[in-house]
Amino acid sequence: MGAGHLHPLSVPGPSPLHALRSHTKVVATLLFVLAVVTTPREAFWAYGVHAFVLIGLARLGRVPARVMARRMVLELPFLAFAVLLPFVARGPEVEVLGLALSQDGLWAAWNVLAKGTLGLAASLVLVATTPTVDLLLGLERLRVPPVFTAIASFMLRYVEVIAAELRRMQVARISRGHDPRWIWQLQAMASTVGALFVRTFERGERVHLAMVARGYEGTMPSTGAPAATVVEWSTVLLVPMAAALVSVAAWGALG
Amino acid sequence: MTAGSLRVRGLAYAYPSGRQALYGIDLDVAAGERVAVLGPNGAGKTTFVLHLNGVLTAGAGTVTVGGLAVEKANLREVRRRVGIVFQDPDDQLFMPTVHDDVAFGPANLGHRGDDLEPRVATALDRVGMGHAGDRAPHRLSAGERRRVAVATVLAMDPEVLVLDEPSSHLDPMARRELADVIRTLDLTVVMVTHDLPYAMELCERAVLLDDGVIVADGPTNELLADEALLHAHRLELPFGFRPTSV
Repeated sequence: MGAGHLHPLSVPGPSPLHALRSHTKVVATLLFVLAVVTTPREAFWAYGVHAFVLIGLARLGRVPARVMARRMVLELPFLAFAVLLPFVARGPEVEVLGLALSQDGLWAAWNVLAKGTLGLAASLVLVATTPTVDLLLGLERLRVPPVFTAIASFMLRYVEVIAAELRRMQVARISRGHDPRWIWQLQAMASTVGALFVRTFERGERVHLAMVARGYEGTMPSTGAPAATVVEWSTVLLVPMAAALVSVAAWGALG
Repeated sequence: MTAGSLRVRGLAYAYPSGRQALYGIDLDVAAGERVAVLGPNGAGKTTFVLHLNGVLTAGAGTVTVGGLAVEKANLREVRRRVGIVFQDPDDQLFMPTVHDDVAFGPANLGHRGDDLEPRVATALDRVGMGHAGDRAPHRLSAGERRRVAVATVLAMDPEVLVLDEPSSHLDPMARRELADVIRTLDLTVVMVTHDLPYAMELCERAVLLDDGVIVADGPTNELLADEALLHAHRLELPFGFRPTSV
C-alpha cells in the first residue's frame, strides 16, 4: 500500500495559526469571506486592505507563497467566466485598446475576480494551517451532523487504500499488454472501474462488520475537539471584525 | 463456568442465499487455552468465528462465552468479552489515527475521557505500539497495522481473542513480532489459520474444520503429523517441515 499523506492539504507547522482551534478558524474564515463579499466593488482600497491582511496571515501561518500560488489555480475556470463578462454584458460601453467593453461587465468581472480570489485565498489559508482531521473535528464541534463528518472521515481514511487498489489493477492490466490509447479500449478501463466499485462496496461491508464486532450500534462515539476559551475566540475573531470594519468604512466613504 | 471459556453446541448456519455453511459444531475451549482452527478455503472458518461474538446469529445450536449465552440481549457484553481481529487490517482500522481507532471499541462501551485514555495507552503498549497513537493507520507497515488491530480489541478488555489469519501478508519478522505479542497475552485465543507452523508454535491444541463440521480435534503436533488427515482436507505442511522434530 502506498505511503500516503493523511493531511494532504495542510502544510507543516508549527505556527500561531496552526495552534488555534480548528472550529474557531472555520467560523473566522466564514465571517471574513462574508465581510469581503459585502465590501462595495467601487472601493479598491478596501480590497487592498483585505489582500494585505490575508498575505500577512499566510506568512504568519508559514504557508509558502509557491503553495498558495499553485492552489489558486483552482480559480481559473471561474476567472474564464469573469473575463467573458465585459464582452457579453450590455449597457454603456468604454473603449479599451480598441475593444468596446461593457462598463457593467467590467465592474462585474472585477467584482468576481476580487471577491473570488480573496475568498479562495482565505479558505486556502484555513486548510493549509489545519490538518484535515482537525477540520472535521472542528465541523463536528460546530454541530455539523455527525453523519457528514463521518462520511468525510471515511473518505479521508480510504481514499489511499482505494487508490492503491486501482493502481494495482491498472498495473495488472498493463502487464497483460493492455495499452489504453484508443476509444475501443475503454471497455477494459470501464470494467476496472466497475470491479473497483464492487470491491469498495464489499470493503464497506467488511468495515461495517468489523465495527459491529467492536460494539458499534449506529452512532459514532463523539471525540469532538475541546472547546475554545473566550480569549481564543476573541483573538481569532479580530480578523473578520477588522475586515467588517473595512467594509463598513468603504460603504461610508461612498456615502 | 469460568470467565474466558467458550462452549459451542450444535451450531448450524445457512447464509440468506440458502448456502449451508455450518452443519452442527461442538467445541469447548477452556479459559486461557490457545486453539488453532485449521481448514481449507471455504470450510466455514470465518463464518464460525463470526458466531462467537454474535455478528452472525446461529440458525440452530448455542454459543456461550464465560457462561453467557450469545443472544440479542447480551450482545454488548458478548462483544466486550470476545474480540475479533479481522484478516485485513484495512477493514478494521478505519479511523483517521491509531489512537482514535483503539478508542473506538471502549468508547462504544461507554468509556470516556480519563477512563478511556489509559485503556488506549495500555492496549497500544501491550502490542509494542505505544509510540504510534498519532499516526495514520495507512502509514504503518503491514506488521504494525496488524498489531494495532490487535490493540483495538485489547482496549475492550476481552476474555477471548479471535484472530482470523493473523500471519497473512506478513514478512517473517513481522510474523515473529506478532507471535511474541500473542504469547504474552493472558487470554483465551482462537486462531483461524492456514499457516500450520504458526498454529503449531502458538497453539497447543488444534481443531480441523471442513465442510461445516469439526473433523479432528487434538494436540496440534499430533494433528499435523497425520499426513493422511491433512491431505484429505486440502492441507499440507510446508516443504521440509516435520512436526515431530519441533
